[in-house]
Amino acid sequence: MNDTHIIADEKYEFKSGTRSKLFMLFGAGLLLFIIGVLMPSSAEHSPRAEGKEHITTEISKNMVASTQQAEAGHEGGGGEHHGSSTLVKRIFTSLWMNNVFFTGLAIIGLFFIAIQYASQAGWSAGVKRVPLAMGHWIPIAGLLMLVLWFVVKDDVFHWTHAGLYDKGNVEEYDKILDGKSGFFFWPMAAGSFPIFFVLRMVIFFGLWYLFFIWIKKEMLAEDIDGSLEHWYTSRKLSAIFLIIFAVSSSVAAWDWVMSIDAHWFSTMTGWYVFASWWVTGLAMITFITVSLKGAGYLKVVNSNHLHDLGKFVFAFSIFWTYIWFSQFMLIFYANIPEETVYFVQRRTVAPYSWIFFANLILNFVLPFLLLMTRDAKRQISMLQVVCPIVIMGHWFDHYQMVTPGVMKGAGELGLLEIGMAIMFMAAFLFVTLTSLTKFPLVPKHDPMMQESLGHHI
Amino acid sequence: MTNKENFLVGIFDDEDVLLHAVENIRDKGVKIKEVYSPFPVHGLDEVLGYTRSRLPIAAFLFGLTGTSLALFTQIWMLGYDWPMIIGGKNFHNIPPFIPVTFEFTVLLSAFGMVGTFLIVSDMKPYKWPRQYDLRSTDDKHVMAIDLGANKVSKEEIRRILKENGASEVNEKSF
Repeated sequence: MNDTHIIADEKYEFKSGTRSKLFMLFGAGLLLFIIGVLMPSSAEHSPRAEGKEHITTEISKNMVASTQQAEAGHEGGGGEHHGSSTLVKRIFTSLWMNNVFFTGLAIIGLFFIAIQYASQAGWSAGVKRVPLAMGHWIPIAGLLMLVLWFVVKDDVFHWTHAGLYDKGNVEEYDKILDGKSGFFFWPMAAGSFPIFFVLRMVIFFGLWYLFFIWIKKEMLAEDIDGSLEHWYTSRKLSAIFLIIFAVSSSVAAWDWVMSIDAHWFSTMTGWYVFASWWVTGLAMITFITVSLKGAGYLKVVNSNHLHDLGKFVFAFSIFWTYIWFSQFMLIFYANIPEETVYFVQRRTVAPYSWIFFANLILNFVLPFLLLMTRDAKRQISMLQVVCPIVIMGHWFDHYQMVTPGVMKGAGELGLLEIGMAIMFMAAFLFVTLTSLTKFPLVPKHDPMMQESLGHHI
Repeated sequence: MTNKENFLVGIFDDEDVLLHAVENIRDKGVKIKEVYSPFPVHGLDEVLGYTRSRLPIAAFLFGLTGTSLALFTQIWMLGYDWPMIIGGKNFHNIPPFIPVTFEFTVLLSAFGMVGTFLIVSDMKPYKWPRQYDLRSTDDKHVMAIDLGANKVSKEEIRRILKENGASEVNEKSF
């Protein structure tokens, strides 16, 4: 097959129309956010909310009571002694949750590329520039995460309170958290500055960004001189990155997601967060690819490549469900109070109780049924429907992971949260599309290009 | 002897020649029964005019049968026929049923798919396979043309086959 002419110099042009659409999207998000802030919250300070909060606290207290005799007087799953108002807490939670979610999307861009190199995949040569563009969000997410952490830590991370580690403080001392303190505060004293935690955050983002610019440099150098060495170097770097990512993604999940529910623990969380990130990232890659294709770009990508991307989304939707179920099933069956408290809260209090099931429908049932047939995976229109469903579904999933741990019974899913998500999405797409203009849309001398052009399934 | 099936068997050495030959022969109105090749020839199924297999639909239906059968069995057994208290859980208790349901779905859909495949590909256990030319397992592409199903005369088909690059044309009866 001699289709080399179609890979000639294709470049994405970030048209002002698209740009203004994204600005409008951001504006709409901001507007919704402001309305959400100003609107008198239905739950805030109403008797219902306090009732709700009381109920969850009661539940957690009962569930945890048997294991927490040592900390009599401490308020069950999480102390309610934090200063900020519910509204501020809501904003902080929403910021943190969205940043974790979009960090995932960005890092999956790099992870996808690394997988392609390490497995020597040929089919994906034409689509590799889309995940590469998504990776440009990594430094922004890293900075945002670090800054946000210092802003939100007192409200989002219960374990940061010094009193929990003070044996003399009968009111607050928490034996369980004191036992875990090394994970956060090593090598300093428990209750001081969590140097280990912050260091991990910096190192993870540093390594991810380092490998991102490294692999990107090799990929772009290949465009210019066409040397095969770049491909071999990329493969080596990818393999090293994958090992690093295997450890760091898991620990990052403990740090940024699991430590919010500080008493709770699950050995599945690392996998769970990764699975959610991975399938969302795949849906995002697919969605941007089909959108570019719809706009007349990416002539090297045909329905065979879309089929493969569709299979990825389909398969990893099932993988996510498998991990979700494994986590739920083990906790359900073992029935250990300090574990079940996580699901009890998420099953009994609105809006978590309906998100619990919406989660499964959006992330498993719909992609499973809609993407099952071969034709569905090969059609742009079907992928354009399913990918946003999956992305939205996993946004709910992240909401469900983070919010109940912070907000307890006072959690809400209103305009504030939706506006925040839209703002993040607009910013993420803006960065991605801007980066996409900086290099050719299709690799010029990729040794796998010929294989990708002849890809037929 | 009259109910014997007579075939004309064209032998091809090269897969590109074969692909063009299949196209030309079908254009001439000759029906090809089957082509046997020692390795998968890319695009052969298309030029032969095969439509996509409906095996996935069968697999889905078998899977659905597995899902409902497994769920029904467990709910009926543990919920109604012989309720047992296990770990203090409810009798109608969906989460522990899911692994069994999943496995049974996979089992039925796999078995069903293999069975269906064997039947539609004419590989029933009691069926003796027809070998048009043993070299199709070695280095030759073998095209079988059922003379009974074709209106074109034997000599004409022989000529067309030769014209399109068949290295040999043999006759075979079963």
